[in-house]
Parts: sequence; C-alpha cells; structure tokens
Amino acid sequence: MTLLCLKDFSVRRGGKDVLRGINLSIDAGEVVGLIGPNGAGKTTLMRAALGLLPWDGFSSLAAMPARERGRNAAWMPQAREIAWPVCVETLIRLGRTPYVGAGRKLTDADHRAVDRAIGRMDLEDYRRRIATQLSGGEQARVLIARSLAQEAPLLMADEPTAGLDPAHQIATMQSFAALATEGKSVLVSLHDLGMAARHCTRLVILSKGGIAADGPAREVLTPDLIKAAFGISAHLEDTPKGLIFQPLEVL
Amino acid sequence: MSRLALILWATVTALFTVSLLIGPAEATIGQSLWALFAGDGGPMTVVMREIRLPRAVLAVLIGGSLGLAGAAMQGYLRNPLADPGLIGVSGSAALGAVVSIQTGLAAAFFFALPIMALSGALMGVLLVLLLAGPRGSSLALILAGIAISAFAGALTSLVLNLSPNPYAASEIVFWMMGSLADRSMLHVWISLPLIVLGAGLLATLARGLDALTLGEDAAEAMGINLTRLRLSVILGTAAVVGASTAVAGAIGFVGLVIPHLLRGFVQARPGALLWASTLGGAGMILASDILVRVVIPERDLKLGVVTALVGAPLFLHLIYRTRKSGL
Repeated sequence: MTLLCLKDFSVRRGGKDVLRGINLSIDAGEVVGLIGPNGAGKTTLMRAALGLLPWDGFSSLAAMPARERGRNAAWMPQAREIAWPVCVETLIRLGRTPYVGAGRKLTDADHRAVDRAIGRMDLEDYRRRIATQLSGGEQARVLIARSLAQEAPLLMADEPTAGLDPAHQIATMQSFAALATEGKSVLVSLHDLGMAARHCTRLVILSKGGIAADGPAREVLTPDLIKAAFGISAHLEDTPKGLIFQPLEVL
Repeated sequence: MSRLALILWATVTALFTVSLLIGPAEATIGQSLWALFAGDGGPMTVVMREIRLPRAVLAVLIGGSLGLAGAAMQGYLRNPLADPGLIGVSGSAALGAVVSIQTGLAAAFFFALPIMALSGALMGVLLVLLLAGPRGSSLALILAGIAISAFAGALTSLVLNLSPNPYAASEIVFWMMGSLADRSMLHVWISLPLIVLGAGLLATLARGLDALTLGEDAAEAMGINLTRLRLSVILGTAAVVGASTAVAGAIGFVGLVIPHLLRGFVQARPGALLWASTLGGAGMILASDILVRVVIPERDLKLGVVTALVGAPLFLHLIYRTRKSGL
C-alpha cells in the first residue's frame, strides 16, 4: 500500500525553484531517511507534501481534505513549540485532534493510543510534569510521543533526534523501526548519516532541489554520491554488528 | 461539572444578586426581589426592572465578552500579554462614540452613540483585515492592530483637541473611562445580538486553540483550518468587544488579567480557558460595578477606572508569581 506518493512535485518560494521534478513513493513498512546538506529542501519537501506550502504537481497527502490528512499522516515539525505550561499527558493527547470532533471528549480508544505513545517513548514518569519545564531533549521526546499518539499510517518527522542523548537517539530510531514492523512507515529527516545508515530501510538524498539518490543505504552512500551531495569523504563498512558509516573529512 | 465551573457559576450568581440589591433607592432585599419578579407597578418595580436589572445584565454580558475575547486572543497569539484591544476594535469603537458626542448626534438621537461606536468598530476590523491579509501570520495581525489602535487614538485626541466646547470634551473624557451607570434595557437589546453572535463564534475555537499549543504547522497538519480560525478570532472579538465598547465605553484590563488569573486553574489549556474566562470576566465586572456604587456612591466613580485600579496590581502580582515559578 502506498502511504505517500509525489509525482512531478515542485515547490517555488520567492520566485525560485526550491524543489523540482520530485518523484517519491513510500510504501507500508519502511523507515525512509531523508538526508541532504543544509538548504537542500528537506523541510520544504515534507511541509509541501502535507499541503502546508503552495506546491505544483501531485501529492497524495496534500490532495486529501484536512481532517483525513491528519488521520493519514502525523507531522512533527523541527521547531519544538510548546506554547503553554500544560502537563505532558495533556500535550500528548493533542495528537488525537484529528479524531476528536469539536466539543467531544476523548474516547477509550483515544486514551489507549495516548498510553501506547507514552509507553513507546518511555515517558510514564513524566505524565504529570509540566512540559515547558522539561529539558530540550525531554521536550523532544514528549513531542515525538505526541506525533506517535496520532497513530497515522505515515509519520513524518523533521530532525526528531536533534538534541537527544545517544541512548534516546537510538531508542527513537528503534521505535520508528518498530512502527515499520507494524506496517506503518516513517519519513524522517536526519543529519546524522551514521544513524541514518544504521536504522533506515531506505535513504533518499536530496541535493540542489532534486533527488540525487534513492535506495538502501549501501547503494546510496557511495563515495561519489557523498562527495557530490555533502562535499565530504566517509568510511562505510558492513560489519557483523551492522552497517557503520563514519564521515571523515571535508573535501 | 468541574469544581472550578461550580465556583465560578456560584460567584457570578451571587454577585449578580448583590448587584440587583444595591442602589440609592431604599428597599429591603425582600421588597427589591418582590418588586422585580411580582411587579406591582410601583416605583420600586421601575427601579428594579429599568435601572438595576439592565445594569447587572450588561455587567455579565460585557464582562463575559471581555474575558472570552481575551482568552481567545491570548490562545490564538500564544502570548499571555495579548489583550482584546490589541486588534484595534476598542480604539476604533471609542473613536466612533467620541465623534457622535462631539457632533452632538449623541444628544439629539438616543441610538446615535452606540451605532456610531459599532460603525467605528466595523471600520477598524475591516481595516485590520485588509492590512493583515486573510491568511497572514499572527505577527502581521498584531502590527495591523497596533497601527489601527494608534491611528484611532490619534483621531480621538484630535477630536478632543479641536473641541470648542469644554462640556463636550469632559463628557468625552468621562465616557472613555467606561461606565454602566444609567444604562437601560435598550442598551441590552443593542448589544445582545452581536455579543451572542461573537461569543458563539469564539466558543467554537476550543479545539483549534488547544492544537495551536504545538505551533501553527503542527496544528494545521492535524486538520485545523488556520485561515478559518484566524477569521473567527478576529470577527468574534470584533463583535463582542465592539458591542461592549459601544454601550459601556472602554473598560481595560479585564481581557488581560482574567485569562492570566484563571490559566493555572484549567491546567493552562487554552480551550478550557475560554469558558472559564467568560465566567471570570463577568464576575470581575459585576464586582467592580458593585465597588463603584458602594465605595463613593456620591462621586460617580467610573467602572474602567476601578477595573484598571484592581487589575494593575493583580497583574503585577501575577508577573511576580510567574517569575518565581519560572513558567
């Protein structure tokens, strides 16, 4: 089943083509890492695919009515905004917004989804804490839990692991992998290529407004492509403990 | 019903009753209520039905409006310092009223003042919408509101400045302080439809304002229509604040202080703050209007002066508490 389909997709901002000729399709059970240098258009691609920016071409998500799209894709923006000092549980419950009508209370199914999200992100002890008083990394975990509570088939996350400690970075990527085994998919933008190589089933390199490569990590992270897209050299090795990718130096 | 709702309803009901029982006409509680409900056609019935009842009803309507609009504005802008006056409605409504007093229209024709004030509010909100655009950011809305407020304020000063008649000038100044004295049921009927309409619009926003806690991007991705939300906030606030200013003048601090005061009691949820602030605002205006009549009844103390006198120290205390708890 295709969860996201972009065909001949392009975005213009300020009279400039930020993205053009994008063709991308995400099926069930994938963890797709979106990688690329600063300004390559990773965030723009995800926001426009959701219909949050003006776009040209076809996006299966942007074509949906707003409420239906909210049930089909969860979006975790990079800006970690928590405007009011609400408690963690209240914040995570907001993930159920696309399912709850105006003035309605959450159903038991909604509460179970919230509990599952809290369990996945290991936030049981935080339920009653005030979200704005947590550290940046803890807030990131709470916001990931919020998007998990949405329980949409596709989760789109913009740099969800930035600012997390190594244990929680790995745990976050593992929870994405767990979602994939349940038949859901994740599109995640990452700057840590080592993390991307290890935990994603597929990598998409975005460079100069287009897709430079799309495939499994071993095929995508070739010296030539890495050099062209990022301007660095790197060491890539298949070990018994999995794929190891280590950036070496700027070329 | 939650404990907070119970306390707020009880407070508003109690203050409403007290408001009905206070006045220069000497009558016991029993006589007053008998005159209100049974209506023997005597002078006390006229006092209760034509003077005290509209005053108390207007206090509830206007206080509720200001509290609700304040909560909606703070929730939409995600800023605890936002105030319903921020979008320029109260300033432009005041300008309309001042022009009607200055030109003598208000003295010649009873409806002139509220109608001119409402037209002023309407012009103000149209200009703000034009300046800020239908889809623009919240920052554009704040800037447009400040510009319109400043312009309306400047024009109001100009009218005062050029006023050849000191009586008109002092009437303008007193009107701008805000008051519920000598209002009739007609004032209730003028403001009620707009307040009901605007409050109805603002009351639908709870879900959207809650979702906005996560930022505009996340809220929109969860299916919240931000364009409609923004339009509802602007039009709803314009209707309730415009109608309130038209019948009672400019009453400050309620829309700012009440949401801030009650936020802690609704666990900071912007949606729940809407109804809580409505009741809280009604309570604050009822209490202030009682104070106006009890403290120095012979001097016609203005309502807006009392709300600012009560509101400002309360606000300072809240700032101090906020700083201490690091929220």
